[in-house]
This record gives sequence, structure tokens and C-alpha cells, in this order.
Amino acid sequence: MTFEDIKQILSAKFGEDIGSEEKGIQPILTAPTNKIAELCKFLFEDDRLYFDYLACITALDNGPVLATMELVYNLTSIPYGHDLMIKILFPRNMEDQPLPKISTVSHIWKTADWHEREAFDLMGINFVNHPDMRRILLPEDWEGHPLRKDYHAQEKYHGIHVRYENE
Amino acid sequence: MSERIKTGDGGIILTNAEDLMNWARLSSLWPMGFGLACCAIEMMATYASHYDLERFGIMPRPSPRQSDVMIVAGTVTFKMADRIRRLYEQMPEPRYVISMGSCSNCGGPYWEHGYHVVKGVDRIIPVDVYVPGCPPRPEALIGGFMKLQEKIRGEHPLAPELFLEMQDGVPA
Repeated sequence: MTFEDIKQILSAKFGEDIGSEEKGIQPILTAPTNKIAELCKFLFEDDRLYFDYLACITALDNGPVLATMELVYNLTSIPYGHDLMIKILFPRNMEDQPLPKISTVSHIWKTADWHEREAFDLMGINFVNHPDMRRILLPEDWEGHPLRKDYHAQEKYHGIHVRYENE
Repeated sequence: MSERIKTGDGGIILTNAEDLMNWARLSSLWPMGFGLACCAIEMMATYASHYDLERFGIMPRPSPRQSDVMIVAGTVTFKMADRIRRLYEQMPEPRYVISMGSCSNCGGPYWEHGYHVVKGVDRIIPVDVYVPGCPPRPEALIGGFMKLQEKIRGEHPLAPELFLEMQDGVPA
């Protein structure tokens, strides 16, 4: 099944909200942020699509100037052998604002559990209805989300200087 | 070499208690069996038959309570730092620390952008010997152990502090 076929099936179901970017090597499907869980459920359950494997979730920070973030979902259907890349774009929080909230897909693919925890830990994206939304790599009491463009490491952690220079 | 044939009749060794104690300590340095990153692979290679640290009486122990020396072999993250400090505190005295490799010496390649790396394990525990390298070759680790043996050889575990002050002219 080609990208065009998949897009047609999704457009028939979700209407005008489904877009695409086809300049790159792999075409990308763009979707509205609030429909991502619904869309993923459909992709997983539909007989023609059957995307049973979530290969990766990637989070991107476009920085405080553009003030947006992105999430990229890479899906594969193992029996059919077709792939799909979905991208969602959403506003990014500034300091002192709550983290952006995105619906989890961990109830559809178990593997999303840790991917989403990683995105939360390093990028600061809050996944709603996730069963266990806490840091996965950094210690529990770490401050901030290090892969954000405007991240500044904390001065001290448990009394140890974080930066190379002592002062 | 002496021409004398060994009879097993016993002889006399003249030494002092400190030298004997130091000799015993430096001849059976038991490191704690733990590693943190790629340096640990070199460390394991040093333990194994090619380089055979057992020749020096060095054999890894499974518990900090049985260990004399801690080899910090690898990248020390902030998450691990608390654990390393705890393990060091669990070791009985006298205890020694070998910092193995650039990461553990000074943060290594993570010194500038590694928000998660402690920039040198000496920020959390005292270090006796630094072994440079990324990772150090087994020969370098053996060299580190020999430096540590040299250090132990010159220690005064029994001498009263007053005597040391008289000897060096400065308080110990």
C-alpha cells in the first residue's frame, strides 16, 4: 500500500485535517494534535492498514522563537510491510507555564510507554492518560528538560557542581 | 642469586611492623567488582588471563565490605554519584580509589555539554591514583596499581602523629 492510498483512507475518515509533506525522501503525514490518539487507534485497528508496530516516537523542540514542538511517530505494519510517518505540531510552553499536553498512545502500543517517558524526561512533553508519567533516564529530582533549546543546567546537584568550572 | 640450597630450616627476616603491614596490604589489593562504562571492559580484560591481575594479588570482590580499593572505571553520572559515594562509605579503611579513564578523571568528552556527568569523581570521593586514557589500556591500569602500591609502601599506619611531625616538620 502506498502513501497515497493510506492518506486517502485517512482523509475519508478524518476529513480535511489530514495533510502531508512530500518533499523529503519519506512522505510525512501531518495530523491535528488533538486527534493523534484517535488516529493511531484507527491505524492500528483498520483491516486495510493494521499498523501493529510503533517503531519510534521522536520529539523535536523548535526553540522559544518559533515556540513550537513536534512529535514524529514512525509506524510499520509487519504483515502488510508498509510504513507511515506521522508528524504533529503544537505550541511549546515558556518558562513558568505548564508543559504541553498530548494524548498518550501507550494503550495502543505498549512500546510507546517508554518512548513517551523519554520524551517527557528530556523534552518536557506531558502525555495525558499515560499509566506511569515520570522520568526514565535522569534522576527523579532533576530540574528541567535537557534537550530543550533554552535549557540551562542547574548549578548544583546534591551538593556537586554540575559545570566543569567550579565557580 | 644465592648458591645456598634451601633446606626449609627457616631463617630470620628483620623488618619493622609498618613495613610488614604495608607489604601485606600492597600485596593483596582487593578491588570492588564494579564498572560503569567502556573502561570497565578494559578493566575486565586486565583481570582476565592475558594480563592476569591475580599475579599482583589483585582479585575483584563482590562486596564493598571486603574491598580495599575501588576502581572507578567509566563515566560517573549524577544519578550514579550518590551510589558511588554510598559504596565508598561502605568500604572498610584503609581504602583506596583508582580513577580509571578520562570520564572519571575530569568528565572526559562530556566536560562541556554533558549535563548529566560529574566532572571528575574526585568531586565526590578522594582519589589516590588517576589513570589517564580513553579508555586506558590494561598496561596503564596495571601501572596505576603499581603507583598505588608505591604509595602504600610509603605509608605509616602505626606511627604516632607526633613522630610524623618531627620527621616532616609539618603536621600530618
